[in-house]
Amino acid sequence: MMNKQLTAADAVGQLRDGMTIGFGGWGPRRKPMAIVREILRSPVKDLTVVAYGGPEVGMLCAAGKVKKLVFGFATLDAIPLEPYYRKAREAGELQLMELDEGMFQWGLRAAGMRLPFLPTRCGLATDVTRLNPELKTVQSPYADGEVLLAMPALNLDVAFLHVNVADRLGNCLVTGPDPYFDHLFARAANQCFVSCERLEERLELNVDQARFNTFERYLVSGVVHAPLGAHPTSCGPDYGWDMKHLKGYAASSQVENGWQDYVQTYIAGGEQAYQAQNGGAESMGALPLPVF
Amino acid sequence: MSATCDFTLAELMIVAASEAWRGNGEVIASGLGVIPRLAASLAKLTHSPELLMTDSEAFLVEEPIPLGPRGDYVPRYSGYLSFERVFECVWGGRRHAMIGPTQIDRWGQTNLSCVGDYQKPKTAILGVRGLPGNSINHLNSFFVPSHNSRVFVSGEVDMVSGVGFKAERWPQGVRRDLMDIRCVVSDLCVLDFDGPDRAVQVRSLHPGVSFEQVQDNTGFPLLKSAQLHETAHPNAEQLALIRRLDPHDYRAAAIKGNPAGIRTA
Repeated sequence: MMNKQLTAADAVGQLRDGMTIGFGGWGPRRKPMAIVREILRSPVKDLTVVAYGGPEVGMLCAAGKVKKLVFGFATLDAIPLEPYYRKAREAGELQLMELDEGMFQWGLRAAGMRLPFLPTRCGLATDVTRLNPELKTVQSPYADGEVLLAMPALNLDVAFLHVNVADRLGNCLVTGPDPYFDHLFARAANQCFVSCERLEERLELNVDQARFNTFERYLVSGVVHAPLGAHPTSCGPDYGWDMKHLKGYAASSQVENGWQDYVQTYIAGGEQAYQAQNGGAESMGALPLPVF
Repeated sequence: MSATCDFTLAELMIVAASEAWRGNGEVIASGLGVIPRLAASLAKLTHSPELLMTDSEAFLVEEPIPLGPRGDYVPRYSGYLSFERVFECVWGGRRHAMIGPTQIDRWGQTNLSCVGDYQKPKTAILGVRGLPGNSINHLNSFFVPSHNSRVFVSGEVDMVSGVGFKAERWPQGVRRDLMDIRCVVSDLCVLDFDGPDRAVQVRSLHPGVSFEQVQDNTGFPLLKSAQLHETAHPNAEQLALIRRLDPHDYRAAAIKGNPAGIRTA
């Protein structure tokens, strides 16, 4: 019987310096944070990070692990500016490929379809094209002759996703209101590791549940059982984001040694200690969903 | 007529901003932030019921949802609009978004990325987000809570995140006919780009605000619209709807100091 279960440390152990890695989720929503914390505990560096950025971008920047960022934004939503992204950005430390959100998913889609590029109008006539001279245009070969931007494939070495439910075969369910673009990250990557709230031997679903499956298990290289693994980001419908934690995280960026203190408090001790520092699994799992 | 002003500047701006969506037809109305969202909701509940709208997450609603904690209000959904589908709407052109950019220039170009030098900016902001794609694919309007020359900059915006009407920015062969800007609603006035050669002009002045005051707080020269008028005051029906849509009065924190709708010298 196939069994793709592995530990977060095993998954992160697959990373090599200089790799291009993508993170699923969107801003402070359903980010694979238990995996991110494991990356922070590892020696890997010089990463190209590809994400609809939330706290994973800020934390990896704070830890000096990001060489290049491919992104459309970095935000904690209720805290609009991601504090450590902002620090790294304003220090001029990051190489950037700043893209329109739609171009970004288009690049993932091209990678998943094994195409060199996909055409779009997004990004034309803005500084996105001026600041990224590697972005080229292409002319329609048809009678219209329209000039379009050729969004290059965003090929990933590794993608990390966090889902609500998975089984040992790699079947996944995303039961929150929005699957975001996790399926495209999975398709764009050579290897995709999924962390999950609940791990089952083998999913046996009715038709309504089965519709929450958004990508095929052949895309999944490994499954990590990580309950509360999206904290402090949200993981609807299971739990909301932890605004108290995120506020403390943001405040840490304003004090000397704030990041080192955050690492000591929340990262260094492992996931069990992390849960204890955040009030324990029960209260973390009961964090209310955000209301807009 | 009451001698005292019974509406706030935020409420006046909500009503002014709701006009952006008049006559758009069946499109997604996306108002990002408290005032734009209330404005889109008001548009749907008054002059433009054909607009489509979401719960600000992933579901379509035919009745705009009040902001914040909902008490016993239970939303009723009419459909689904995941982020993936939002891009399909954007690229198909059937959307009108109103956002608050950090900078706007005389060509209607907007910035949401950074202030200062791109490589080592004075201030990093959100990132370009969906602005490049929104601005080139569908109708857009903008909201400015504090009208000053740091927002309405004298030259080009520091990082052109959203396209505008500056011809030199458009490569040969690129379609320009799919984009348009309807209006900019600030705390002083409503601007549009309907002057000669899409020049920026003042369409209406908020009560008690002079054209000179707007010009003094804008980094580029402004024209007066041929139809220049005073921004319409909210009526009783509009105010009642706004209060229903915003039961926690988030709008009171949207404009600094929550001033009254009619400025007095």
